[in-house]
Amino acid sequence: MNLDWDEFIVTGEPFIHAGQISILLTSLGIIFVLTYFKKWKWLWNEWITSVDHRKIGIMYIIASMLMLIRAGVDALMMRTQLAVPEMPFLGEAQHYNEIFTTHGTIMIIFVATPFLIGLMNVATPLQIGARDVAFPFLNNLSFWTFFWGAMLFNISFVIGGAPDAGWSAYMPLASNDLSPGPGQNFYLLGLQITGIGTLATGINFVVTILKMRAKGMTLMRMPMFTWTTLITSLIIIGAFPILTVALAMQTFDRLWDTAFFTLQDGGMPMMWVNLFWLWGHPEVYIVILPAFGIFSEIITTFARKRLFGYTSMVFAIAAISGLSFLVWVHHFFTMGAGPMVNSFFSISTMAIAVPTGVKIFNWLATLHRGRIRFSVPMVWALGFIPNFTVGGVTGVMLAMAAADYQYHNTYFLVSHFHYVLIAGTIFACFAGTIYWWPKMFGVKLNARLGYWMFWLFMIGFNICFFPQYFLGLDGMPRRIYTYFPEDGWFSLNFISTVGAFMMGIAFVIFVYNIYYSYRYQPREMSGDAWDGRTLEWATSSAVPPHYNFAKIPEVKGQDAFWQMKQEGIDPNDIEEYQDIHMPNNTGTPFVMCVFMFIGGFGLVFHWWPIAIVGAIGIFACMIQRSFSRDDGHIVSAEEVRKEEEGIREGQAHENG
Amino acid sequence: MEREDFPGEETPLEYQTETGEYNIFGFWMFLGAEIVLFSTLFGTYFVLIYRTASSIPPAEVFSIGLVLAMTFTLLTSSFTSGLAIHEMRLGNVTRMMIWIGITLLLGLGFLGMEIYEFVEYASEGATLATSAYWSSFFLLLGTHGLHVAMGVAWFIIILIQVKRRGLTPVTANKTFIASLYWHFLDVIWIFIFTGVYLLRLVIA
Repeated sequence: MNLDWDEFIVTGEPFIHAGQISILLTSLGIIFVLTYFKKWKWLWNEWITSVDHRKIGIMYIIASMLMLIRAGVDALMMRTQLAVPEMPFLGEAQHYNEIFTTHGTIMIIFVATPFLIGLMNVATPLQIGARDVAFPFLNNLSFWTFFWGAMLFNISFVIGGAPDAGWSAYMPLASNDLSPGPGQNFYLLGLQITGIGTLATGINFVVTILKMRAKGMTLMRMPMFTWTTLITSLIIIGAFPILTVALAMQTFDRLWDTAFFTLQDGGMPMMWVNLFWLWGHPEVYIVILPAFGIFSEIITTFARKRLFGYTSMVFAIAAISGLSFLVWVHHFFTMGAGPMVNSFFSISTMAIAVPTGVKIFNWLATLHRGRIRFSVPMVWALGFIPNFTVGGVTGVMLAMAAADYQYHNTYFLVSHFHYVLIAGTIFACFAGTIYWWPKMFGVKLNARLGYWMFWLFMIGFNICFFPQYFLGLDGMPRRIYTYFPEDGWFSLNFISTVGAFMMGIAFVIFVYNIYYSYRYQPREMSGDAWDGRTLEWATSSAVPPHYNFAKIPEVKGQDAFWQMKQEGIDPNDIEEYQDIHMPNNTGTPFVMCVFMFIGGFGLVFHWWPIAIVGAIGIFACMIQRSFSRDDGHIVSAEEVRKEEEGIREGQAHENG
Repeated sequence: MEREDFPGEETPLEYQTETGEYNIFGFWMFLGAEIVLFSTLFGTYFVLIYRTASSIPPAEVFSIGLVLAMTFTLLTSSFTSGLAIHEMRLGNVTRMMIWIGITLLLGLGFLGMEIYEFVEYASEGATLATSAYWSSFFLLLGTHGLHVAMGVAWFIIILIQVKRRGLTPVTANKTFIASLYWHFLDVIWIFIFTGVYLLRLVIA
């Protein structure tokens, strides 16, 4: 690719110039702060190289929140552009196309998925009474593939130009002819690098959950969030390789003139659509099942009851995971597959409503006659149920193939998937973060600010997306960058934009709450912040030491910790401490992922020498890893005793 | 960790540490993902099987003799890698290394033939960019070939480690996993042999 220097850096758009300047200033600011406070070594030793699942989880959550801000700003720009007819805000359609493409891609790939993986990392090993995940090295590698993949995707808007073919990147729209320039290459390679890490996470958690449960924790005693993590991991293993191949094929089409998806030379554009959604639909359940798990944990904890219909809940998740692979054609009902095919996929899609309905009724039955405590996580869980149901019901409307000819590609669809993905996944990300915050940082987030955030977000969400159902029924197509006054879409669009900004303000309150709670909230020492039911609350302190449990607890039933409390057993009452074997930190994954970034960047611009440097670096890291003799380290019984007794003293000090 | 019955006396070397056990189980999961990956490639190949777009048809370039030679080479290498694991279980390090060495040579022979085959096809006008059929052919075969090349490199690295460190639970674990990988590549080749070459020669 022959690029002039002024084409390499994107110029000409005031917003992008602002973006460039803010990226530069932020980077300089970070470098300055780290240097001034001499924190580089700390950052490297304590975080970047860490194999501690909780720290990796925290890094996932922080990075996802940063991505949420970026994609959220994209959303606000789109809503501003559509607030009034013939708005000149974003200038031209091209800019709008780039923004909705990056908004969708980032929200799914770099916000929803890693956010939930972050929460899995924080909670799942603790919930099953394990010291760590099965492959701590791989866990660190997974995080850095996500991080550097996200960086590669994100720099596209300041260097080279952003992708503009939609997050689903249909061919031939995403081909060299219709998407010239490097933008689409950024999409392909950014997602490819991230996808490798997601697959590794899937494998890691399957092995962790199946092999590392504490004594007595049978499969049917596992907490519901652990169950959803397991099933989600299995979906990842089944779905992500499809994405890997599809992305590789589109990359080949763009870089080496293969003919997979271009009609010229015999390719089939529909094959891209099939492969994309054969991964893309299961991906929807990858980001919704863990959310269901989080809500199950929160509802049982704050209704102080066992989960109603636990077994049916497990079967429901399993059924959903199977069906998730059988519905992908509903994404293109109108592309001429014929009545038989459409009927099959229409029915299989509607079938998903059955197990989902089972789950909704189970949650309601759990609430029924529970002693409900209204905490911030709980109100998110309660808000989730009606809002998600609205999204689900409109989903069934869309699943009717014949009716879909009316709704498809309108704002009705846009509203539907925002109702399920925001009310499902994003509510769960907030709820789970607030719920497990004391476990991560030893302090509860302020409840007053939490309620403000909840109500603003919930109301703003409905003001934003409910009118869009009617815009869709009024025939407003998705992905248009402007409309005329005589179209009659002004008032509903304007209302919708107001709602979007309310959600934006709610998120700002959330960020402020993090700062406020860090400064002013009382410390939480006990480890059992919410009177919890599952093992993550059974550790000796709010922030468990890196070995999680001084002694692995023994499980005697569902809701293991609750049972212990009923029987008056203190899991941290330990007579004899033992040596604990733990893995060492490692810098190899970070270096390897930097090389992935370098290699990907070279491919984006067809700069082969840089791509080769990246590839050599990746292989060198693999060889280094293979030869390294890293047996981890032993935390001696004496150290464990000191640590645990220190925690006890701290608690006693706090209480008295 | 704290499992009393572990490891038992009958436990093979590669299973003797918990890490080793996790590695093997995790690798089976990885092979599950690899099956999905190759299924997608096969699916693509079968969708595009007639889409040569008036370029050179496969029956004109396929040379069954070469493909048979490749098949025998790779199948034999799978057998020899099995013998290597057999010797490993008996604790015969030297014999194990010899069998792995033979496996490596056969693998390299397979790769050599495959490279020769690709160059030959290219000289007759069938390349990655010729048509959708040939794109899918080279992607499927190339992915398999790349896996074989990775397997060869992996076995070499492990051989060096066994040579330096002897047969320990760690090196035994690595050898065992690499042999699983090698068998898997062999299974994939059987599908390629029948699904790509034989099928195309029969239905032309």
